[in-house]
Amino acid sequence: MKKTYKIEVDCANCANKMELAAKNTKGVKDASVNFMMLKMNVEFEEDADIKAVMKEVLKNCKKVEDDCEIYL
Amino acid sequence: MTKKQKKVLIRIIISVLLMIVLNFIPVYGYVRFILYMIPYLIIGYDILRKAFKGIIKGQVFDENFLMAVATIGAIIIGEYTEGTAVMLFYQIGELFQSYAVGKSRRNISELMDIRPDYANIMQDDKLVKVDPDEVEPGSIIIVQPGEKCPIDGIVIEGSSSLNTSALTGESIPRDVSTGDEIISGCINMTGVLQVKTTKEFGESTVSKILDLVENATSKKSRSENFISRFARYYTPVVCYLALALAFVPPVINIFAGNAPLFSGWIYRALTFLVISCPCALVISIPLSFFAGIGGASREGVLVKGSSYLEALAKAGYVVFDKTGTVTEATFRVTEIYSSGMGEEELLRYAAYAESHSSHPISKSIKEAYGRDIDLSFINDIQEISGQGVIATLSDDTQICAGNYKLMKRQNIVCDETDKTGTVIYIAKNDVYAGYILISDVVKKGAKEAIRKLKKEGIKKTVMLTGDRDLVAENICAELGIDEVHAELLPDQKVSLLEKIIENKTGNGKVVYVGDGINDAPVLKRADIGIAMGALGSDAAIEAADVVLMDDDPLKIAKAIRIAKKCIRIVYENIYFAIGIKFICLILGAMGIANMWLAIFADVGVMVIAVLNAIRALFVKKL
Repeated sequence: MKKTYKIEVDCANCANKMELAAKNTKGVKDASVNFMMLKMNVEFEEDADIKAVMKEVLKNCKKVEDDCEIYL
Repeated sequence: MTKKQKKVLIRIIISVLLMIVLNFIPVYGYVRFILYMIPYLIIGYDILRKAFKGIIKGQVFDENFLMAVATIGAIIIGEYTEGTAVMLFYQIGELFQSYAVGKSRRNISELMDIRPDYANIMQDDKLVKVDPDEVEPGSIIIVQPGEKCPIDGIVIEGSSSLNTSALTGESIPRDVSTGDEIISGCINMTGVLQVKTTKEFGESTVSKILDLVENATSKKSRSENFISRFARYYTPVVCYLALALAFVPPVINIFAGNAPLFSGWIYRALTFLVISCPCALVISIPLSFFAGIGGASREGVLVKGSSYLEALAKAGYVVFDKTGTVTEATFRVTEIYSSGMGEEELLRYAAYAESHSSHPISKSIKEAYGRDIDLSFINDIQEISGQGVIATLSDDTQICAGNYKLMKRQNIVCDETDKTGTVIYIAKNDVYAGYILISDVVKKGAKEAIRKLKKEGIKKTVMLTGDRDLVAENICAELGIDEVHAELLPDQKVSLLEKIIENKTGNGKVVYVGDGINDAPVLKRADIGIAMGALGSDAAIEAADVVLMDDDPLKIAKAIRIAKKCIRIVYENIYFAIGIKFICLILGAMGIANMWLAIFADVGVMVIAVLNAIRALFVKKL
């Protein structure tokens, strides 16, 4: 299962940090952040609860970069 | 400018004005400190807040932290002006960066502005605008002049010219009329069209292309991965180095019995921190790729990821498919030989004889004849399978049109020619009248394309084809292709390509160019698969790494040049940014570079790198 989310972030390095944070979230198989398009592609593990996982992703992203947003 | 950017700009202006005023006020001591804190806090409060939050959350080493420590440090050792200035310039740099990125983001989306907003459908005799997503396949939509065709389909009424330049980069309009396929994303220029949709919006060409371009940068290149890994280690390392620089030499001084010179060394350490900010690299590399991919898509070259752009720049071998790639996908009459009557008359007889057939060969004869065929003029047509046709016209003329076997069958005396291509022999009333040669037409620009590839440093060009030996060899000789393998089955193409990959010398990448029809496995196997003329062919868009929207072979060399330019810019930025920073770091550690040079090394390098990156967007003249 793959989904794309619109994000808001100011700098490219922060986008990289968000990518790493999303990747390390439980339930996420792979994630990539496209800073230029301001998009995050998330591939979920099978049988993952997408809503709960994305909440966790947002929390982890906020931890590494306070000034970011994911439009769920 | 966005609201956020405007706010930063106002803060910058206020602080600059305050700084200028403070420069002329002769105050000392605490008053001076308090006065200078006003512009410092105005310009830097958000950075300080972010740095503080970062420390609390255990995310210590980021740019905000670097800037906060450097400026607070400068203020503590009494360098108020420099501390505030560093913060000021850092904000100016950030503002410029976000403006430049936003601008190029918009630029590129404008370039790719092919997304249709609505579809017109008839409801109760009225034209209604609906979301293209809601239109089912098989519905009838109306496309008016000036509108974008929203969904792929077939024209069922009307005729018009279409502007496909947003899709293909080709500026010559394409004519369509009833029965023709129409691709979403084209702009209808002249007439009203009724289109029966064949796909859903999400499956239509325009959606596929947008999806492809927008997700292109998620397949990251090696340089991008290198930079993000570099940035991850670099910042902490620099912070520890700065810490060492601030305290180790003074401590050594104390032990050596000299004055410790704390403030001097701390100043050096702070300079070090300012220089070290990795922004220039981290922003300019993805920006270059993004601009390169955006510029290329404007030229009708869709690149599926920055990693392919990187590979394409290293192309060393180009392998072609024949039909549809270097030759036209349709056949054409290339020679008419008449033994008695005029050529025009021979062609006319042939066209009448073939009038009932829809075989590509017959089509090409009718096309060459180019006039309407009066069917009442034909009494009878007899088809002889695998040989040709025998037609009887209303004036009792009998025309035989077919291959050499047909001539033999009818006991007609004629010479067999050894021309390459398909030969149609014509006999009138059992007397040989001449032949029409139908063959592959080499694409306009194919020869030029091969020449340009050689100029780009391609070591070897190879053609793989299922066609006959002689035809293939003639074409290769004409075009200047180095090697040819003919009469191949599709799976043999894959094994031959594997052999080419195995036997290549040096690190040149192997590019395979095909038209995407039944060569998807080969496209996948090559280092870079380029699909041509892919408009409307889903399989090709799926299998290839690079998609050429039209079927112009010149675009292959162009794609390579675009890739080379982009990669050159990426390397320029890597070497330039790391080089300058490294030199400044050394100068800073030795105490030669002051805070002002440090600001240049940070903000100046970033501005130059971003401007350089945007250059990758301009590929029109390549």
